[in-house]
This record gives sequence, C-alpha cells and structure tokens, in this order.
Amino acid sequence: MTQFIQLTVYGLANGAILALAALGFVLVYKATRVINFAQGEFLLAGAYAFYSGWVLLGLPLIAALLFGVAVAVGLGVAIERFSLRPLIGEDPIAVIMVTVGLSAVLKATVQLFYGTTPLTMPKVLPAGSISLAGAHVPLDRVVAVAVAALVLSAFSAFFRWSRHGVAMRAVADDQQAALMQGISVTRIFALAWALGAVSALIGGILLADISELSQNLAGFGLIVFPVVILGGLESIPGTIVGGIVIGLVSQYAEGFSPGASQVAPYLLLVLILLLKPHGLFGQPRIARV
Amino acid sequence: MPSTATGIYHTSYGSELRLRHTHAEKIRLGILVVALAVLPFTLDNYWLSIVNSIGIAAIGAVGLNILVGFTGQISMGQGGFLAVGAFTSALLSSRAGLPVPLSIAAAVMLTASVGVVVGLPALRLRGLYLAIATLASQQIIEFVIRRWRWLTGGQGFLDVPRLRLVGLEIPRAHFELTWYAIILALATLAVLGARNVFRTALGRSFMAVRDHEIAAATMGVHVTRAKLTAFALSSGYVGLAGALTAHYTETVTWERFTIDISVQYLAMIIVGGLGSVAGSVYGAAFLMLLPPVLAELATAVRDKAPFLSEQLPAVQQAAFGLVIILFLLFEPRGLDRSWRRAREYFACWPFRY
Repeated sequence: MTQFIQLTVYGLANGAILALAALGFVLVYKATRVINFAQGEFLLAGAYAFYSGWVLLGLPLIAALLFGVAVAVGLGVAIERFSLRPLIGEDPIAVIMVTVGLSAVLKATVQLFYGTTPLTMPKVLPAGSISLAGAHVPLDRVVAVAVAALVLSAFSAFFRWSRHGVAMRAVADDQQAALMQGISVTRIFALAWALGAVSALIGGILLADISELSQNLAGFGLIVFPVVILGGLESIPGTIVGGIVIGLVSQYAEGFSPGASQVAPYLLLVLILLLKPHGLFGQPRIARV
Repeated sequence: MPSTATGIYHTSYGSELRLRHTHAEKIRLGILVVALAVLPFTLDNYWLSIVNSIGIAAIGAVGLNILVGFTGQISMGQGGFLAVGAFTSALLSSRAGLPVPLSIAAAVMLTASVGVVVGLPALRLRGLYLAIATLASQQIIEFVIRRWRWLTGGQGFLDVPRLRLVGLEIPRAHFELTWYAIILALATLAVLGARNVFRTALGRSFMAVRDHEIAAATMGVHVTRAKLTAFALSSGYVGLAGALTAHYTETVTWERFTIDISVQYLAMIIVGGLGSVAGSVYGAAFLMLLPPVLAELATAVRDKAPFLSEQLPAVQQAAFGLVIILFLLFEPRGLDRSWRRAREYFACWPFRY
C-alpha cells in the first residue's frame, strides 16, 4: 500500500510534467500541423536556459524565469520562421525530419556549451518529504504537480477567454476562415511555437529539479508521443488525461518490474492506436479523392 | 535511343522499360564498375571499413526508401528491424550452428514477417500516426532485446564467430577486402532488385498508394496487399543489412539499434532523395562519410582550432542535424536531384535550359 501511494505520487508528478511537454506539442500541432520531434530538446533547452540565468548569470529567481521565458520565446519564434515556414505544404515526412534535425542541433548546442556531465542546480521546489498514509512522499514532486496544474489551467483559461487564444483556436479549426476574419495566421504560428517552448521550459525546470540537469532530459520527449496519441493530437484536455494516465501506468509498471517503465507507455500506445486511432479526444478526418 | 536536350524518345514499350536508356548511361555504368573494382586497392583498411559500412547502410537505406519514399509509409522502426535481422542471423549461426548463408536467409525472412506485423497498423493509420506507431515498435523491440537475457546469454552482447568461406576462416590480412567483395555483390543485387521491382505492377502499385491511397483503390490497386508487401519487402532488405552487420562486426549489442539509428537511416534517404534507389546509395555514402570526414578535418585543424577536436561528438551531431535541415530547405529531393540537375546542365550547355 505504501509503495502504491509512492508510485502514485511519482506517477502523478511525471504525468504532470509530461502533460506540460505534451501541451507544447499539441499547441504546435494544432496550429501548424507540425509533429515536433524536438519537444524533448525543448525541455532540455528550457532547463539549461533557466540554469544559465539563475546560476551562471546569478539572477534572482523571478528574473531567471523571465530570462528562460525570453530564450524559449526567441527559440520558438526563430525555429518557426527559419526552418518550418518554408516547408508549409510539404510532405509530413519533410516536416517531421526537420524537427528531427532541429533536435540534433539543439542537443549538440547544449552539449557544446555545457558539456555532457550532469550539472547541479540549487533546488527551486521545496526539499524534504511529507508522510502520506504511511508513505514518505517527496515534497518537490507534490509541488511539481501543483505547479503543472496551475500552468495548465492558466493555458486553458488563455485559450478560452483571451483574444489570442480564441484566434489560435480559430486557426486550428480552419485557416482560411481565420484569415478572412483578419487573423494573421503567420503570427499565430509564431505564437504557437513560442507558447510551446514556454510550456516545455516550465516542464524542463520541474523535471531538472526533481531529477537532475543533464542531457537525459531530452529522452522525456519520446514519451510525449504515447501521451498525445492517448489524448488525441488536437486536444488540450487530452494532454492532461494522457499525461496522467501515461505517468501512472509507467510508474506502476516500474513497480511491477524494474525497467518496465520504458516500454509500458509504448505498449499502451499500440493498443490505443489499434482500438481508437485518433485518441480519446482527437478528431477523425474524412479523406476524399 | 537518341538522347537530346528535350528528352529521350522511345519507339517501343520495351525500350521505355529498360533500366538504362542512353549510351552515356552505359558509359557511366562502365566507369562505375571499373571504379568499384579499383577502389579497394587504393584505400587503407580504415577507409575500406568505412566503405564496407556504407555498403551495408546502402542496403538498409534502399529498404527503407522502398517503404518511405516509394510507398509513402513513414517508418521510425528501422533500428528495430535491423536488430531483428542481426540477432536472428547471429543466433542461428552461432548457437544453432546453421551455415551463415542459410542463417542470413532466415534472418531476411523473419525480419520480413516482423515487418508485416508492424505494418498491420498501417492499414488503419497514415502519415504522422503511422510514424508514431512504428516508433512504438522500435521501442518495444529494443526493450525486448535489452531485457531478454536468454538472447545474449546474460552478457548483454553476442559474439559472432569469424565468417568462414568454403570451410576456411577469412584471414585477418584480407578481412576488409573479402568483406568488400561480399558486400558489394549483395548491395549490387539489392539495388538491381529494387530497381526492377519498380518496373513491375507491384512496384507501380506502391507508388500509386503513395500518391493517393483512395485514388489508387478506385483504380483497382489492392491497397492492403500493396502496403503489406511493401512492409515485407522493405524489412527484408533491412533484415539483410542487419544480418550483414552482425557477421561483419562480429558482435551484436542493442546499442547499435536504437532510435538514433532509425533517425540516421531516415536522414540517409532524405539526403539521398526520397523515392530514388540511387539516391538511397548516395545518402548512405554521404551520411556514413560525414563523421569520419569531420574527424579528419578536426585533426587537421587541431592546432588552429583545438575546440573542434575536443568537442568532436557534439560537432558531428550538430552537422548531422544541419545537413538534414539544409537539405530539406534547399534540396528536398536530395542528392539524386542535384545529380540530375548537374547532368541536365551539361546536356544543355552552353544554354541554361
């Protein structure tokens, strides 16, 4: 029982961070139809940008966060402008491979500047642990869940009520109709990439804090795929459900047999693809000649 | 057939279906044959081993291109298929004691069947979703290999005995040279085989499915059969490449078959040219040459820029990523298209068109 509670908290914390990473992924996919294989590297770049601001430049926490956000926004906008806009209308494979190329470049850049050894970063989240129904639960993971929940609600509110959020939904629905309403689609594309990078930044900082700051953070990017397939590639609530389910499933699998957390999400992914190819909240599209 | 600046004229169907149309092509083929025959004697063992890996990679790249470039089914599962081929052949030849050619053939068959199983979701999924489904197959195969201790006898890797030809072990002195001959022969067969498949109804049906699945179905193409055969054929090729890797490198570990390898093979066919058999070979050569050439360059400028040789792995990775991005932005049809453009330029010279 105590192990179950511990696994649940770990799973929820991982799931919350996965949901943040998946949110960035879905934002980009929804607005621009780009499958971003560099999402894990966005987490990596975000975490290292924050580290540079906080530790290397010695900025206060809030300023370091803002610095990280600025880097993430710049990165997102630059990537959209210079590598993906020229490919609008190309094959899915071309778009996928550009993001794969980007992931290699981002990872290499981080390695060039910071080396391959894991770096130590002072704790952002509270250290220590609390006792929950007899199980010792690390406090940082609990706070990570809360932070992720807060950020995800902020994003949802943004899409629901703000002008830009509504414009993004309009572009995702029908680009031509959105253009006719006077929405600048190119600006929405840039916004989607910027927001995607920012949500990855937050996920990256949380992840670096509860584990460690190293190149391995990028590996988290691959587990985003089961999450978004489960939730549906176009659904923001889907990322939350998907993140939590995948987070929990992989932790329970890990508890069942050590190492199984690497494969359980993918087994679930295959199952979902076979039963419900568009995910729980995705939109099936009808193809015509 | 006469070749002019405006095209090649055919007067019979047979001549149109021929693999080589003009005298220039036949002359180029002759030069290529001579070059390939002379090549191993001009290189030292290090570069010959790189040429050998290019040959193996070319077989795998042709296989992947059949699936991705010709049939339009994106696959991120190349690494997994290579692993199936390598482990099957290694296990059958070393533990079951099967002759190597037989175990390679068995590896090809088994990888083809695994390919069909992985391809089954392709009947319902397309494009991005299929890419992710094959990514899952890659992760699952990798996991099975890592966890299944019986496979490697608990030591994490498999030792494959040195290849025996007509009962004799290949001597160390001629190791690379002998392998060059074997790989060249098989790669030539693979390339010719692929070129010929696309002259048949089956190959054409692959392309019809790629261009428009529903349109192809309305014209009477059996889409299910085309997709599954494409998966089988493609993974058969990849299985051959995997089996050759196992016997050539003489050790098999899961580290050689990760998602990075899947990505590297996709990069080969992008750089070479999607939907081009020759392009797969160019792409394999380009991407296999990139890291050693960069390493040579870094050594050459060690005194002026020590930074480059110290950070070589990062530099190689960055170059890999940049090559993919730049090709997609500026030459999306790959090296094959560059080569055609160069040829046309000279055919039309001194005019620009």
